[in-house]
Amino acid sequence: MMASKYIKTILIALWFGLLAIPFAGFTKAVMIAGAVLAGVVVVNILKSLRNNSTGIRSAGKVDDFINNVMRGRNRYAVIAVTLALLVVFPFVTNRYALDLATQAGIYIVLALGLNIVVGQTGLLVFGYVAFYAVGAYTYAILSTAHGFNFWVVLPIAAFFAGIFGIMLGAPALRLRGDYLAIVTLGFGEITRIVLNNWDSLTGGPNGISGVARPSIGPLVFSSLNHFYYLVLILVIITIIVVSRLNDSRVGRAWIAIREDEVAAEAMGVNTFLFKMLSFGLGAVVAGLAGVFYVAKMGFVSPESFNFFESVIILCMVVLGGMGSIPGVVFGSLALYLMPEALRDFQQFRMLIFGGSLVAVMVFRPQGFIGTRRTGIELSHKEAENL
Amino acid sequence: MELFLQQIINGLTVGAVYALIALGYTMVYGILELINFAHGEIYMLGAYLGIIVLGFLTVIGLTAMSLPLAIFITIILAGAICAAYGMTMEKVAYKPLRDAPKLAPLISAMGVSIFLQNYVMLTQGATDKVFPNIIPKASVNFLGADVTYIQIFIMASSVILMAGLHFFIMKTKMGKAMRATALDKKMAGLLGINVNSIISMTFMIGSFLAAVAGVMVAMYYGLVNFSIGYLAGMKAFTAAVLGGIGNVPGAMLGGVLLGVLESLGAGYLWPEYKDAFAFIVLVLILIIRPQGLLGARVPDKV
Repeated sequence: MMASKYIKTILIALWFGLLAIPFAGFTKAVMIAGAVLAGVVVVNILKSLRNNSTGIRSAGKVDDFINNVMRGRNRYAVIAVTLALLVVFPFVTNRYALDLATQAGIYIVLALGLNIVVGQTGLLVFGYVAFYAVGAYTYAILSTAHGFNFWVVLPIAAFFAGIFGIMLGAPALRLRGDYLAIVTLGFGEITRIVLNNWDSLTGGPNGISGVARPSIGPLVFSSLNHFYYLVLILVIITIIVVSRLNDSRVGRAWIAIREDEVAAEAMGVNTFLFKMLSFGLGAVVAGLAGVFYVAKMGFVSPESFNFFESVIILCMVVLGGMGSIPGVVFGSLALYLMPEALRDFQQFRMLIFGGSLVAVMVFRPQGFIGTRRTGIELSHKEAENL
Repeated sequence: MELFLQQIINGLTVGAVYALIALGYTMVYGILELINFAHGEIYMLGAYLGIIVLGFLTVIGLTAMSLPLAIFITIILAGAICAAYGMTMEKVAYKPLRDAPKLAPLISAMGVSIFLQNYVMLTQGATDKVFPNIIPKASVNFLGADVTYIQIFIMASSVILMAGLHFFIMKTKMGKAMRATALDKKMAGLLGINVNSIISMTFMIGSFLAAVAGVMVAMYYGLVNFSIGYLAGMKAFTAAVLGGIGNVPGAMLGGVLLGVLESLGAGYLWPEYKDAFAFIVLVLILIIRPQGLLGARVPDKV
């Protein structure tokens, strides 16, 4: 039994080495085989450790820990400490970390927006970045060509992105599952190609530069510190709005649609309306994130809105745990910061990134922090109120 | 008229390639209901392998001896290696996720896609690779339009491969088992079909076809880059959806139609929007006729 396991491990390593020969050459293929061997051995050891420990699984421990922290009495304490840390963060760190944190904040907002659509309503969307682009370009164009102020553009961009979302949603939402995903992917790509070619409006591949910084009266938000706080406020507002929505009637309707669309419709949920609402709200959030992104960069080009960007945001949602807000926040931070943390490996970082996406999905398909909503029954008090 | 015919011929050539790649998408979707996003990367691997294997054959002197034989061996070898890659990909990234939430295999596929792209970039370099310039550039005149030998070769081999695949699926025992698995995995398993090996087989055949497409494209355009997989994959997927996903003849029809549409659109309307055509077609077809041209409407399961 054990011997055959060792032979199997060696065969797996040999197989990968063999596969690698045409591309990597003989010496590198041997190294790859060695790496695979080490990897399989580590996985096997982890597996046997997991089986030996008396039924307690590390995954369960994570869930329990999160639940204790987020749902118990210490919840407010945790939130207060986190907030305090976030507020003092710019004073104790360097520019590089601050820049990363600001960008990560924008990704958190995007991922939370997509989470409304994918995680809560269960609609698979691949072209999410199109809404982000609409918001970003709205601000860039209105600011450079018409001199609009950041704060005036904010609602306009949200409105445009929302309208855009509803326009795409109306025909697309009749489709289900994978088909919806592909249609939104198509819309996303068309948006990018149009941005790339409509030179007179969008500046084509060169993009638009010299976008004005936001300002309130004489105070101009120009330094990294300012943007950090601006984005922090956006993140906090988004988290509050999203979690309030989650617990509202609308949120429940979304979850009903996610769990079983036909049953939801039979129970009187206007599925089309709620799906549109979810789609539109997701688009609005992305549009707002886009405005903040452009305001921070002062520059926008179609390259920032490629399919890969949509994929990354989707991965943030799924990896963290669909439908769970702490999960999504964690997923965004992990995915955005991981390539940065792997900087020392330079060219290998995207390789490791792709490999870890597969690994995480294989070993924990529900995401790091899966939602606990599924299967929760109404408490007596809630049942009486209905 | 000549221009029109020329565009049609160019479109048919590209369409044949789309169709070959689309078959991989459609077969995998038919059996697993999984959009194998990493399939485009297999096509990219195939294109690279075409250059690598042909280079190897040239070094050992076979190319100088007989060019057609060398090309034949290149295609078979590249196809076989890609089939091995496809099978491995399924075992590593999809098989453990067969009962997982629906999004998990999709993310996993994205991971594979990113991994393979960077794997090729690291081992083969980030710059374009050039296909050795050994295929005669001559062409024949067909009603005023030029048809190069490579174009004829691409169209002919695609037709042969598709006919072979159709025969395999419809007439052989293995093909019958594949059709049964696509209809109902559980039932097929109960009737003694080894579902796992059928799924592996599907990935291998799809990857083989994609690799052949890759080698032929490398010959046709003469340049290969590690990032070609995404766009070709998306267009092939569009072709699969256009014909009706899960439907094998549909993928062939969809590929050819998409190639011709794209070629005509780029030739007569807006060349700069060439890549957008595929997506516009995709969106329109899904909204107007989501089951595709040849697909049957599947009622929602309650």
